[in-house]
This record gives sequence, C-alpha cells and structure tokens, in this order.
Amino acid sequence: MLQVNDLHVTVEGKEILKGLTLTINAGEVHAIMGPNGAGKSTLSAVIAGKDGYEVTQGSITFEGKDVLEMEIEERAQAGLLLGFQYPVEIPGVKNIYLLKSALNAQRAARGEGEMPAPEFMKLVKEKLGFMKMDASFLQRAVNEGFSGGEKKRNEILQMLVLQPKLAMLDEIDSGLDIDAMKVVADGVNSLRAEERAILLVTHYQRLLDYIVPDKVHVLVDGRIVKTGDAELAKELEANGYEGIEESVA
Amino acid sequence: MSDTQTFLDTLAARSQQRAGEPTWIAARRQAGAARFEAMGFPTRRDEEWKYTDVRAIAQGNFALAENAEFSQAQAAALTLPLDAYRLTFVDGVFSAALSDLDALPDSVQVMPLSKALAENHEAVGGPLGRLTGVDFSTFAALNTAFMEEGAVVRIAPGTVVEKPILLQFLSRAGTPVMSHPRILVEAAGRSEATLIEHYVGEADAANFTNVVAELMLDRGAILNHYKLQEAPIGDLHVASIHVEQNRDSRYTSYNLNLGGALVRNDLVSDLNGQGAETNFYGLFFGQGRQHVDNHTKVNHNAPLTFSNENYKGILDDRAHGVFNGKVYVKRDSQKIEGFQSNQNLLLSDRAQIDAKPELEIYADDVKCSHGTTTGQLDEDAIYALRTRGIDEATARGLLTLAFAGEVLEQVALDAIAERVELAVAGKLPERFNLAGLVEAAAALND
Repeated sequence: MLQVNDLHVTVEGKEILKGLTLTINAGEVHAIMGPNGAGKSTLSAVIAGKDGYEVTQGSITFEGKDVLEMEIEERAQAGLLLGFQYPVEIPGVKNIYLLKSALNAQRAARGEGEMPAPEFMKLVKEKLGFMKMDASFLQRAVNEGFSGGEKKRNEILQMLVLQPKLAMLDEIDSGLDIDAMKVVADGVNSLRAEERAILLVTHYQRLLDYIVPDKVHVLVDGRIVKTGDAELAKELEANGYEGIEESVA
Repeated sequence: MSDTQTFLDTLAARSQQRAGEPTWIAARRQAGAARFEAMGFPTRRDEEWKYTDVRAIAQGNFALAENAEFSQAQAAALTLPLDAYRLTFVDGVFSAALSDLDALPDSVQVMPLSKALAENHEAVGGPLGRLTGVDFSTFAALNTAFMEEGAVVRIAPGTVVEKPILLQFLSRAGTPVMSHPRILVEAAGRSEATLIEHYVGEADAANFTNVVAELMLDRGAILNHYKLQEAPIGDLHVASIHVEQNRDSRYTSYNLNLGGALVRNDLVSDLNGQGAETNFYGLFFGQGRQHVDNHTKVNHNAPLTFSNENYKGILDDRAHGVFNGKVYVKRDSQKIEGFQSNQNLLLSDRAQIDAKPELEIYADDVKCSHGTTTGQLDEDAIYALRTRGIDEATARGLLTLAFAGEVLEQVALDAIAERVELAVAGKLPERFNLAGLVEAAAALND
C-alpha cells in the first residue's frame, strides 16, 4: 500500500531523514518508535505534504502513485490521513463544516455525489457516540478551547468519519490520561480492517498495550535501524533506545 | 447648477404640496435646508470624508417616491423570518399593507413618523432633532430638510418588549428615488427592547437612502439595535445614528453591512450617566466596487462608563472599506473602560481598507485599548483543513466565514445570524462559495 524508499529529507538545510525505507501493506498496523529528534514526526509530515520539508532523494508511493507529486488535499482524498500530535485550533470553523466538506471532497474525488444529509447525520452521530463525544461538538469550532484529550478524540473522530486507507497517527497518546487513551485506542482499533493500514508514531510503548502493532520499527538518526514485532516495543521499554543505538553504532 | 441646487429644487417642489403642517416642523425643515445649502456636500478634503467620495450622491438626480406599491409575495421573499412588530417603507413611503402592529401592548408606541407629525404628537415635538441636529453633517441637515417619514417608537418605563420591532425599508428598481427616513426611539427607564432596521430591495434598484436615527435610553434601559443593511448593489446609503445613554443603560449595536454601492454609517453614542454601557459590533463585506465606510464614536461623558467595540471587514475584488473609530473620554471621566478592535481581511490584491482607530482621553484613571489589523488567513489552519482533503479554495472560504463568525456569534437573533452567515457564504468568490454547505448544515440542525 505505502512504499517509502531511501527517503532523504532536509528541514532548513539540515538532513533529518537519511535513507528511510518502509513498506506497509493493507491490513497491517505499524508502529514507529524512536528517541526525540530521530525524525519520527518528519516522516508523517512529509507523507501528509507539510511545507518546509525538502525531499532530496528517494520516493514515496501510495497504491502505486507518486505521493510527492500529489497536492496535500489529493493525498487525503486518496485515503492518506494524518492525525496530528498538536491538532490546530481553527476558530470559527465548525466541526460539522469540516467533516462535511472533507467527506464531500473525498467522495467527489471518487466521482461520487454528496452524501445525503440524513445518512451523513446518522454516520456522524454514530461515530460521535463511539468516541464518547456529545453532539454539541459539531457546532463548536474545530479544536477551539478543547482540552488535550478532546483534541485527540476529535482527530480520531475525523478518521472514523473519513475512513482512510492509511491512518497515520503522530503521537496520538501524548497528553492523554488513561481513560482518554482507552477511548482513543478503541477508536483506532475500530479502524483495523483487511483493506486498511495504520501507522502509529510514538515515543512510548504504553500506547502499544492498547493498540497492538504487527510491526515495530525503531527509528534512530533518520533511519530505521531495527524492525520486529510487538515484543520489540517491550524490549525498548525495558532497555531504552540507548542499547539499540549502541548496537547500530 | 450646483450639486445642492438639484436637491433644493426637489425640496421646493415638495414643500408646495405640504400645507397645514405645524409651523415648528416647517421651521425645522427650513433650518435643515439652510444648513444643507451652507455646508454643501463634503469632499475628500474634509477630514471626516477623506476616504469616501460622495459624488455619486451629490451629482445624482433623485425624485421622491409617490407611492408604496410593492407585491406582497416579493415583500414576503425579502422579509426577515421573524415574529416582529413590523413597519414597512417602500422607497421611504410607509406601507400600511406591509406593516403589522398586531397585539402591540399599550406600553409600547410604534407609529410611522408621518402619523406622529400629522397628529403633532408629543413624541416628536421635543425630541425630534435633539440628538442629531442639523450641524451634525450635511446629510443630517438634508434629512431634516426632507423629513416626513420614518418611525417613532416609545417604550414606557419598565416595559420589556417581547417581540423585536422591525423597521423594514424596501428599495424598488426604476427611476432613482431618494428617501430620508427619521427614526426616533425613546426607551424609558428599565425598559428593554430589540430594534431592527432592515434595508433590502429589488436587485436592479439604484436609490439613495439617507436615514437619521435618534435613540434615547433612559436610566437602566436596554436597547439591542440591529442594522442589517442588505440594500441592492446599486443603492447609495448614508446613515447617522446618534445614541444618548443615561445611567446604567445598555445599548448594543449590530451594524451588519452587506449591500449598497456606497455606504456610510456614522454611529455616535453619548455615555452620559454612570454605569452606562455601549457595545458596537460591526461586520462589513464588500465586493465588486462597493465602498463601505463606518465611522463610530463613543463619548465617555461620565465616570464609570463602559464601551466595547469589535468591527470586522472582509473586502474582495476592488471593494474599499473604511473604519474610523474614536473613543473620547471627557475631562475627569474616571474609571471608564473603553475597548476597541478592528480586524480586516482582504481577499484580493486590489481591495483596500483605510482603518483609523483614535483615542482622545482627558482623564487619568481609565482602561482603554484599541487595535486594528489587516491580514490574510492563517496558513496553518489552511494546511490543517487541506490534510483532511478539503481543497485550498474551500479552506479559504471556511476561514473567511469563520472570520465573520466571530462577530455573528454575538448576534442573539438566529434569524439574523443565519441570514448573514449564509449571505457571507454566498458572497464568497465562486472558487470557494460555501452557500450550499451552510444551508445543508443549517438544515441538519432542524
């Protein structure tokens, strides 16, 4: 589904990713772990198309298409969706507008018409319920005045409504207490499906107790230095990243 | 022939038709005409009119409307969907057929000015022209010279008027006409009311409206004043609004401007008694070659008075906006608070805004702030929306709508907030028009 090949990325002249290679297939849940500054957030930002990241070498393809040639919105419409570590507050833009515009854009890209209003409302209400969010959220501005936990839940709500093919979640566990984390993890787990893949970027193993990955990659200094299964995350939790860094060096 | 002469000739012709009106009215009219003639139309050399060229008015040739004919169906399509006491004026002429004062309580008087003048009603003799004298501006003088129609509202002490009082001004297509409505509101102590001025009309109209409103709030009175200006795109619109506030009164203005080719609003509030509070909320959206000028002034004439102002402008194409907001604090008016904010958004390179906040303070124990910004949209927010699959144009539209929304969330009347939001969504450039989305989302709420 997603293939990242020998990716080199510089930010403000500094090379952050130094030849990252990664393959994610449909049905898989991957976790990328690594110490601060290793380039974890850079990878998801580049895939989503954020400005300021220069790809100097390598490629990213999603279902055979060159992601780097796609506009930001085209990537999302194709099913590549990023959940932010720090969701942006958008004063005045109601959640309902965002959800409706985003869903319609996705459908239009597939050549489908707008979802009829009753069907849309039913869908949104069901997902709200799943995320234990009140319907009044729809009339509130996107993330404005939301607590950290509410922002993260809102990111997952968007995922549940938009049903991406590849959901990328950047540090989705940061700033969450244990109850909020369970709700978020339930949301993410509900996305698991044969035709879908999930990429978790996280600093801590804690999240992976709730969302058990098929593959864990350790990212150090811009490269994936080790890949394993869920057990690898537990090793990291026990021994820290230092051991890995040493073994690589 | 000078610019003023055309108007004076029209006035002379009109005066001949008027017979038997009380001499005080004739005298005031004459004073207005004399002052108008002496002052002449302002030019851009006048500081107060530096950014606004009124030649489209001065050089126009406007008749006076002879009747108030307007189809019921068309009026119904234009009217605000509100349960309100309603007076309707067509090109300035009162239409009884399109008005409805059913079940108006005895403690509230609402009548067309023509009726009050004909009856020489006590409501008009003293108050008329007391706040907005002929010296206020050329346009106030001109209004005084022509005044014959408008609305008189009197609210008895302690009365809470449950339904809004809606003054609806319809503008017709055809021969250009002018009207000079005069609105007079006396809100007695501890009364509470909502007044709506609504300007709307036929798409091809090109009329000139020159309204003067005098609003008197006695002790503890509360008046919420909506001015929804959706005049046809060819209309010329000048408004002078003067508010007088006694102790503990609270006046809130919602000055919402969407229509008109040339628009000038002068809004002045005199805070004359302790505890008086005034709130000015404004929103203007200009496109094409629209010109929208808002001049506001708060006079803190007494200690412990409060003002709060928030004006937002959105300008597209070659539209030109002006914001001039002045906060004046009289000598020794201590412990006052005056806050003012003006933010503008330019959607095109050729749109223009002239913004000038002014503070004039003659007391030392005050809290005042003001600020004006003219900006672009938040690029981080645009990025965040695009990562959800929303194209850039729609993202920009959503954020523009959100910008207007910050004023609209102050609007307590849903019928007005929704209408303006929809109008703003519909006025957004074709490339990011959101009318469909707003309509659909509103339907979901129902």
